[in-house]
Amino acid sequence: MDYFWTEEQIMLRDLARQIARERIVPVRAELDEKEEFPRQLMKDLAAADLFGVVIPEEYGGLGFGCLENCLVVEELAWGCAGVTTSFAASALGSYPLLLFGSEEQKKKYLPAIASGTKLAAFALTESTAGSDAAGIQTRAVKDGDHYVLNGTKQWITNAGEADIYSVIAITDPAKGARGASAFLVEKGDPGFSFGKKETKMGIRASCTGELIFQDCRLPAERLLGREGLGFIVVMKTFDQSRPGVGAQAIGLAQAALDEAAAFARTRVQFGKAIINFQAVQHMLADMATQIEAARALVYSVARFIDSGAKEVSKESAMAKCFPSDVAMRATTDAVQILGGHGYMREYPVEKMMRDAKILQIYEGTNQIQRNIIGQELNKEYGRRK
Amino acid sequence: MNIMVCIKQVPETRKVKIDPETHTLIRQGVESMINPFDLFAVEAALRLKDEKGGKVVAVTMGPPQAEEALREVVALGVDEVALFSDRAFAGADTWATSYVLAQGARKLGPFDLIVCGKQAVDGDTAQVGPGLAERLGWPYVAFVRRIRGLDGRDMVVERLMDDGYDVVRFAPPALLTVVKEIGEIRVPSFKGKMRAKNLKVPVLSAADIEADPEMCGLKGSATRVIKVFAPKPREKRELWEGEAEELAQRLLHRLSEDKIISIAV
Repeated sequence: MDYFWTEEQIMLRDLARQIARERIVPVRAELDEKEEFPRQLMKDLAAADLFGVVIPEEYGGLGFGCLENCLVVEELAWGCAGVTTSFAASALGSYPLLLFGSEEQKKKYLPAIASGTKLAAFALTESTAGSDAAGIQTRAVKDGDHYVLNGTKQWITNAGEADIYSVIAITDPAKGARGASAFLVEKGDPGFSFGKKETKMGIRASCTGELIFQDCRLPAERLLGREGLGFIVVMKTFDQSRPGVGAQAIGLAQAALDEAAAFARTRVQFGKAIINFQAVQHMLADMATQIEAARALVYSVARFIDSGAKEVSKESAMAKCFPSDVAMRATTDAVQILGGHGYMREYPVEKMMRDAKILQIYEGTNQIQRNIIGQELNKEYGRRK
Repeated sequence: MNIMVCIKQVPETRKVKIDPETHTLIRQGVESMINPFDLFAVEAALRLKDEKGGKVVAVTMGPPQAEEALREVVALGVDEVALFSDRAFAGADTWATSYVLAQGARKLGPFDLIVCGKQAVDGDTAQVGPGLAERLGWPYVAFVRRIRGLDGRDMVVERLMDDGYDVVRFAPPALLTVVKEIGEIRVPSFKGKMRAKNLKVPVLSAADIEADPEMCGLKGSATRVIKVFAPKPREKRELWEGEAEELAQRLLHRLSEDKIISIAV
């Protein structure tokens, strides 16, 4: 399908594609096996200017929008969803700053994130706060011109590898959801340390771990926006980032389809290549159709977001939920088409299937996405007379 | 440190074919690429620049479309480029090519270092680099696998040999030809690609580089290509494995069977 990209968009996509093919694919199995953070690849992506895609040019970025970010993420995820998670988590960590940062905060942090010399991370989840963000227990207490943070964040992508963390903490427990605030925390801040690194089912080329705050004193200027804005920061950040998860899903699903179709053309059973059997053809046809539908949805929503639309939660949730369900199905079917080969680690599709699962879980489970879509529908139809 | 890198646009090697009638390369419709070894030269130069500062200037001699090769290296981080293009340059052998490159280096320089790939994959002569150094009266080191760095005014490099490597020390200005062990070629950057896209490639003629047309191109070439031919594909071969004595017996029988030799009984 031709989506009529501009020359610049094609250049950007081709650059990401080149990195995926030349740099990521050759090392992905080893990174997965060793559960290793892809430091060299992060350097390559930085040298290619790709960490700056969504950051305005005045802060050293490329000044593109959600759509171009999706293009890059899709291409990288075709190579490895784990590596892409490490990459995309930096954008996720920088959205609070982009959306709510003061001019001073942006000037201080964005150039380093754009150049890739520093990675960012986003920290919301805690042991008692997953889908229910109101369960956050990390506290930030004002103390003169400082805030003092106490608590533990878990399952934070890029924990320990990132230098800049957007952290959600409760400043006023009496106010419930309106009592949360967002802070910028730097690696090396006093009282800020890292806990255990998790071992995971998939996306093993990404690093997931704990952030521990023990009387972590932050200058007051590390507050993003103002006190009480924490959940707004979270929601607006996810509105921007969720199509990126969708893009990751379509890149991964496309890779699974590519593997499955290529295999089906060469695998001979009953005297012919198995792609000639309708049972296989129909699986491939469904994969291809669903992937294209997901892709069109992701691009449309990204364009909608880039148009400056105010209310994008419903569309953004759709652009995460549908593609990630497609990716789970497509990768599962790819394993099925490869059969015994697909189940073996020697072939890349079992990793793809393991990697796909997280896309239905992180940045809001797909059940939460459906809640968002449903609630928005309820609002929309409620307005109608 | 100011570095000149010589690159060459060559036919995409995996796709090139030879016309069985004329015995010449079928160039029509064949994509071009940068000679792979020259990309290692670019990488070596960019690494030196990353470390020591200065600038990297990439040059090529070729037809107007060779500017695409120059754009490609700008995307990698090369600062300036120049295309030496003139009808008078056509048909050059390595001798005439090195003359044009030397004139170009004099015009664009001064340079501390010139880096070339060890050879081009189309001609495979490995002569242009050393020839250029001779033209300039510079020392050169061929087949460099690693640049150790500067030691005072001297530069220290490792030269790949069949049985290991030599450590060579010399005082720039000098010329190096590099092998692929020099290091992995970087990926382009988006900003580099944008620069490359918008770049106007300077085209320098024989007059621009003060080259004597008599010494350029076919006229200035010391060699003539009489014939290029594709060797006939080899006929059916068999590979035998086993002990020497047994194989010798088998061979003897076979040669006798095929009536190539006759065994006196």
